[in-house]
Amino acid sequence: MRKIKTMIVGTAMLALCAVTAQAEKIVVEGSTTVLPIAQRAAELFMEKKPSADISVRGGGSGVGIASIIDGTCDIADSSRPIKDTELDKAAALGKDIKAHIVAMDGIALIVHPSNGVSALTKQQVKEIYTGKISNWSKLGGENKKIVVISRDTSSGTFEAFGELALDKQKVRPDALMQASNQAIASTVAKTPDAIGYVGLGFLDSSVKALDIDGVTPSKESVLTGKYVIGRPLFMYTNGAPKGMAKDFLDFIKSSEGQSMVEGEGFVPLE
Amino acid sequence: MKIISAASALSKKMKIKIKEKLYELTFAVLAFSSLAFLVGIVIVLFREAMPIFEKLNIGDLVFGRFWYPTYDPPEFGIFPLIIASFWVSLGAMLVCVPLGIGSALYINEIASKRQKEIFKPLVEILASIPSIVYGFFGMAILAPFLQGLLGIPIGLCAFTASLTLGIMATPTVTSIAEDALSYVPRSFREASYAVGANRWQTLTRVVVPAAGSGISTAIILGMSRAIGETMTVLMVAGGAAMIPGSPFDPVRPMTAAIAAEMGEAPVGGDHYHALFAIALILFVITFVFNIAAEFVSRRFRIKLGLSG
Repeated sequence: MRKIKTMIVGTAMLALCAVTAQAEKIVVEGSTTVLPIAQRAAELFMEKKPSADISVRGGGSGVGIASIIDGTCDIADSSRPIKDTELDKAAALGKDIKAHIVAMDGIALIVHPSNGVSALTKQQVKEIYTGKISNWSKLGGENKKIVVISRDTSSGTFEAFGELALDKQKVRPDALMQASNQAIASTVAKTPDAIGYVGLGFLDSSVKALDIDGVTPSKESVLTGKYVIGRPLFMYTNGAPKGMAKDFLDFIKSSEGQSMVEGEGFVPLE
Repeated sequence: MKIISAASALSKKMKIKIKEKLYELTFAVLAFSSLAFLVGIVIVLFREAMPIFEKLNIGDLVFGRFWYPTYDPPEFGIFPLIIASFWVSLGAMLVCVPLGIGSALYINEIASKRQKEIFKPLVEILASIPSIVYGFFGMAILAPFLQGLLGIPIGLCAFTASLTLGIMATPTVTSIAEDALSYVPRSFREASYAVGANRWQTLTRVVVPAAGSGISTAIILGMSRAIGETMTVLMVAGGAAMIPGSPFDPVRPMTAAIAAEMGEAPVGGDHYHALFAIALILFVITFVFNIAAEFVSRRFRIKLGLSG
């Protein structure tokens, strides 16, 4: 779906390109996690400023950072901080890469409201999802089988969860796969023995969010870094952003941009 | 004068002939275009699936036990998906065969003319409900209901998917089986009554055996419909890529895996080709089913002396 969207946006941009040849063009490339933010921001920004021509591509954080170092894109999306080796490479080419945090990504573990368990450690979450723990009794709950629910393998949330909570280990094969945050929340709300995970934007009163390592998931705890299953999302520029790139980044950081970020299921910066 | 009228008659004849040729050509093109689509689909399936067979041997692919397409290194074991498809479809058969054949027998043999007029269209309406509606029904109503009723940990499982698919495939089975029953010549029944058989004996020993191959066709086509169904299993089966140990385990049938993953699989990557390989296997399975159905129904026509 995301790819189709990219294609549509891409084609639309090409068409736009042809019409307004003198439009100021910037290329945004990188992380698929940040892609929805970049894409939606580009759509909104171009509505406001028809002369702007922003082309957004995925590819992954590594690809984005490599492109910004090589100078083939203007803004690189990344779901991880730039590595020292990458910074060295940039310095060797005389580039000065600047980081801009555009949003936070936080994932909450959720259970049925009737579940007696209300806190887990990160280690326990990992053991539940990789298959070492299969019964709630091992976690201080009732003697019932844990129904493990995950996002489908193609989702960005699945990837983020795998990196942040599971140290890239494989999710147990008997985990149920659901297509959206919404589907996970509604399945967990209907299933007393289930555990699932959703982006922080999808929490509501029908499910109970678990404390992880003693910290309740919230905007504040993700922003301060106390909640461990969360991370900042970056956009990188070469030197201080100028012109259209600066306007675009300012737009994402504005209150309008940040409410869009929240609408896409991420944690806004303020 | 005469010459002119003859010429005009000739041109009129020519016109009709040209028109006829034109119609012929149009329909030939239409007929061949559907063949071209079929061939095109088969070619694309093979071409897109081939690269994965070059990287993995076919045994590892088909009998591999783990499906982790997005990890590094990825694992492309389709076996749990194939088993899931059969698991769910066999469950669906247990629902739709008795239901479908039972209702076909009732409509054909027992129902009054008035009842028939109501039931037959009702069954056909059931067949025209989009599968997503069944999926939604299964997910929102049936799954929570069964979860509470049977005390199972989660309603989204193979059992619920089988039940939903079974209800969905019932009209297909009913409709084809009913046709088969109605093809049984009247003389068969009359002969049976004439030698003193009662209605039950006529039904079980004459009509059903005579329509037997037609009923088998109905069952095979029902199975083919169940195994190819996508939306319902995607919504209801739970989506866990494991070999099920019980009817109440969540499963990930082949169709659901393709539907869920194709949108995000990088075009031209191993994952993409592996999904095409699944599609190819699925195509082969339904193809075999349809050939079997065709074969069985042809035998049935010969048996009744209806046509060659």
